[in-house]
Amino acid sequence: MSTVTHAPAVPRSNALKRFFTAREIPVAGALIALILVTYIINPRFLSPQSTKDLMLNATIMVILAVAQALVIITRNVDLSVGAILGLVAFGTGTVFDMFPTIPLVLVFVIGMIFGGLLGSINGMLVTSAKVPALVITLGTLYIFRGVLSSWAGSKQFFSGDNPKAFGNLSVDTLIGIPIITIIAVVITVAVAMFMSSVRSGRDLYAIGSEPDAARLFGIPVGGRVLSAFIACGALTGLAGVLYASRYNSVGALTGSGIELDVVAAVVVGGVAIFGGSGTVAGAAIGAVLLSTITGALTATRVDKFWQQAIVGVLILAAIIIDRVVSLRRARKLRVNEAKDV
Amino acid sequence: MKLFSTSSRGGRIGSIAAIATVVALAATGCAATNGGDSGDGGGDSAGTIAFLPKQLNNPYTDVVLGGGEEGAAAIGYDSEVLGPLEASASAQIPFIEQATQQGTKVIVIAANDPDAVGPALQTAREAGAKIVAFDSDTNPDYRDIFISQVVAKDVALIQLEIISEQIGGSGEIAILSATATATNQNEWIKFMEEELESNPDYADIKLVAKVYGDDDADKSFQETQGLLSSYPDLAGIISPTTVGIAAAAKYLSTSDYKGKVALTGLGLPNEMREFVKDGTVQEFALWDPAQLGYVAAFAGKALVDGTITGAEGDTFDAGDMGEITVGANGVAIVGPPTRFNADNIDEYDF
Repeated sequence: MSTVTHAPAVPRSNALKRFFTAREIPVAGALIALILVTYIINPRFLSPQSTKDLMLNATIMVILAVAQALVIITRNVDLSVGAILGLVAFGTGTVFDMFPTIPLVLVFVIGMIFGGLLGSINGMLVTSAKVPALVITLGTLYIFRGVLSSWAGSKQFFSGDNPKAFGNLSVDTLIGIPIITIIAVVITVAVAMFMSSVRSGRDLYAIGSEPDAARLFGIPVGGRVLSAFIACGALTGLAGVLYASRYNSVGALTGSGIELDVVAAVVVGGVAIFGGSGTVAGAAIGAVLLSTITGALTATRVDKFWQQAIVGVLILAAIIIDRVVSLRRARKLRVNEAKDV
Repeated sequence: MKLFSTSSRGGRIGSIAAIATVVALAATGCAATNGGDSGDGGGDSAGTIAFLPKQLNNPYTDVVLGGGEEGAAAIGYDSEVLGPLEASASAQIPFIEQATQQGTKVIVIAANDPDAVGPALQTAREAGAKIVAFDSDTNPDYRDIFISQVVAKDVALIQLEIISEQIGGSGEIAILSATATATNQNEWIKFMEEELESNPDYADIKLVAKVYGDDDADKSFQETQGLLSSYPDLAGIISPTTVGIAAAAKYLSTSDYKGKVALTGLGLPNEMREFVKDGTVQEFALWDPAQLGYVAAFAGKALVDGTITGAEGDTFDAGDMGEITVGANGVAIVGPPTRFNADNIDEYDF
């Protein structure tokens, strides 16, 4: 199906070629084109405030997309992320309610551990039940949401209930870039490096390409998949804490429906839905593209119906590009092998 | 794929499905019997009032329902709350059917869509239930009476008054509403548009955009950003929905526009307190939502007792709220809207 591409030392011309045939390029190109066109129509789209808003809007989605990409690359999916985000966001409000003077770093740690625990439930169910993750996480999506609904009821935590410094996290900037956006970029780079150059990261691609072959090869498939779900949960937990910082209220419905936006972002970013190929950087760019589309369409006052239609077209385009690229690559591999004989 | 590959697993799933069906049947059976009992017995309870809000777990809804339960208790009825977690047009229908099957005497509903719930309500009426619409009306054909928080026009006008005061009577304004199909918001917006056109005091105020945040914090947030970036001269925003005004206030309070763009609308004091105190919002309006549920319960009782039919001129006793008269089209009004600002916001807790 999809091939694992390693990045050994290649001659420069090949490196250049690889750069232009990488799946992230069309997505990044679309993003730049979108920003330019919107800027021409409405120059205020790139005003300092608006640029900051664009970055802030994308931040949470980028973290969620990176987390989801980890799982999708292993030929699984985590549909429960919306509910995990909601649980952690509401949990954050609860923590501040109980311990108003708690250090902020500790809140992030608690949120990530909480998210990681929820992720480990998904991971253990998926690896032990041998039932597709789609079904398992659809179940846990409803279970987690149900737990949140009964925990939260109609209680909401408002931004006024949290410490001012916590709310400021999603406003303060460093050289013009919001701090939480910097956090998201650092996470994306770190996970991308892990996936491209650390053995266990490469294992995730192998598992996604062909789980049975990976198992025969001696890769601890169950353990790796479990870790991917835990990492996905922990990063989603981080996004949940940031959500509580950014928005005015968290309650029983926080994050509902977000899971499909996340999967859409990952697919648009060039990660194959059946695993084995794509990069977390691509997923992050996909997330930026989707959130920028929303911003661009509202800034140019295009009907919201088109917003969803465009996302749909992008998903189909990404899948077609994926198919064409993998067919072409398979043909090239065959030709090369024939030459070698 | 793998799920159904082996026959043993398929069998197991089949048996799980069977058990689930049995449990579901048993549960609905019990519920139906319960409803029948309370209807027939009539010993300690006069019957059941089912409240169907637009969605559950919504703070505004909670206050309304609190008033409704208080009202039901005052008239000796049991109350039951049924409703979807998401405010969508069709989500309420199964709950109406459930209430009908349980033999509920009064269904009090805030419609997400005036027509979508029609056929289900029709069936409920044929089964003998009285239909009281509150908060957001259904098509008048499908209900006996509509309990309106305030005169729709007053709600619209007070928001215009506040925004006009804050922007000095001239400038561009925009509206951030709930869903594009929400009955109450659309009615208020229509009144606002008419008033802007006809009232010479508002001749210099121009409504430049109407956007819809779907009562979703995230969408309302982005729609606010979109408004501010596409209308550089925007002086004020009216958001006639509690979710919208809170999201817009949060955005304004953290942006460069804080204090430059006025914001008002309908909000919950608890949700808006922070923004009134930090100066993002000067003043907003709302009625006391608890009164709405309270009066709806009394209207339901009056309909069941046959004291009123929902015709114009009917009057019914509404406990602490005194006597209420039904107006044209079967609409009964609860009370005038209240303005909330830095001086009085701490007196309210909802």
